[in-house]
Amino acid sequence: MIAFVQMAAEEENPLVPPIPEFVIGLLAFAIVFFVLWKKLLPSINKVLEERRDAIEGGIEKAEAAQQEAADVLQQYKDQLAEARHEAARLRSEAQEQGATLIAEMRAEGQRQREEIIAAGHAQVEADRKQAAQTLRQDVGKLATDLAGKLVGESLDDHARQSRVIDRFLDGLEDAAEADASGAAR
Amino acid sequence: MQKELAVSADQMLAFETDCHIFSGCGFEAPGVHSFIFKPLFTVGGIEFNKTMLLALVGTVAIVWFFWAAFARPKLVPGKLQMVGEAGYDFIRRGVVYEGLGKKEGEKYVPLIVSLFFFVWIMNMWAVIPLAQFPVTSVISYPAALALIVYVLYISLTFKRNGFVGGWKNLSGYDKSLGPVLPLIMFLELFQNLLVRPFTHAVRLFANMFAGHTLLLLFTLATWYLLNGFGILYSGVSFIMTVLMVAFELFIQAVQAYVFVLLATNYIQGALSESH
Repeated sequence: MIAFVQMAAEEENPLVPPIPEFVIGLLAFAIVFFVLWKKLLPSINKVLEERRDAIEGGIEKAEAAQQEAADVLQQYKDQLAEARHEAARLRSEAQEQGATLIAEMRAEGQRQREEIIAAGHAQVEADRKQAAQTLRQDVGKLATDLAGKLVGESLDDHARQSRVIDRFLDGLEDAAEADASGAAR
Repeated sequence: MQKELAVSADQMLAFETDCHIFSGCGFEAPGVHSFIFKPLFTVGGIEFNKTMLLALVGTVAIVWFFWAAFARPKLVPGKLQMVGEAGYDFIRRGVVYEGLGKKEGEKYVPLIVSLFFFVWIMNMWAVIPLAQFPVTSVISYPAALALIVYVLYISLTFKRNGFVGGWKNLSGYDKSLGPVLPLIMFLELFQNLLVRPFTHAVRLFANMFAGHTLLLLFTLATWYLLNGFGILYSGVSFIMTVLMVAFELFIQAVQAYVFVLLATNYIQGALSESH
């Protein structure tokens, strides 16, 4: 086969490959291929990759920074809005509280006033009662004394004395009440 | 047979220097013989000729360039690294990711990138002073590269689809085709197993071969016509040489690109689901 090929080559057929050249061609290409494949292309690929990363990394970093800035801005806005809301809430709360306080105070004042008035009334009533009591006794005594003087004898019988006085006083009270109701009318 | 070769006297200049028109000397047109070189020296029983030497120097040049550009890469690239990255990125994105997708294609990036720059440099030898011979215009080199792609294509086909699925993939098996299925299968198998690797190698080879022949023709003619009023024709031929150099620079890059584009395409075919 080789002999045939070489013979053919010597007959100057340009399409028949001379074997030594064929081998050299394979060898030469193999050298180029292996150097590029094993050594040089991995080396350049690494750098191309790094460069791509550097460029894309830069872009990504910028994007991240922008995103962060936007986030922070949003946060601030949220916080501000929240603070405003809170302030408004506090204000209204304070107003409410103030109103409640005033109402309470007012109610308390009212209550105290009524208490004082009631106490005053009670006092007056008590005083009146005591006065009436005292008066009754005094009037009774005076009347008794007077009656005793008039009759000239001491009405020793206490029970009778008391009955007489009470009757007298009741008569007085009825007259006074009739006067009072007449005056009220 | 060797007596006809124009390269016998001088390996670097592929013609005789004292032969001009009107001097009783015939024009020695370039041909297949222009692509065959005598061994320059022998190392360990292997006879090195010009194309082998150029292939090895080219290899060193590629490795040197990428070593200088990529061995100690910086995050902020220097000039060389920037150029290397641009080339690398162009093939990686424009060819591999485009054809195979980022996920599937990542594995094949080193192969496709190496193939592109290898082919391109080997093509470029066509216009580099003193060398001026595209290594890829010797069929062995494109064939070796196409063989690598072919082996990868076949092994990937079976690895991805299994034995039966692999054959289905290679033969374009599709039940819905009905009675024409055998014909389709035959054609697909023929194309995928035989035509593809052949055309893959020959497309590159033929482009470089033709380009070099044209360059050689105009260069030789420029020199040959440089006598008497032949100088006028010589001038035209020289302009054509310059234009062809520019055109070849373009073709060298395009052919390298096409070569890896097809390689990617084949890999994609191998990785795709069988019908």
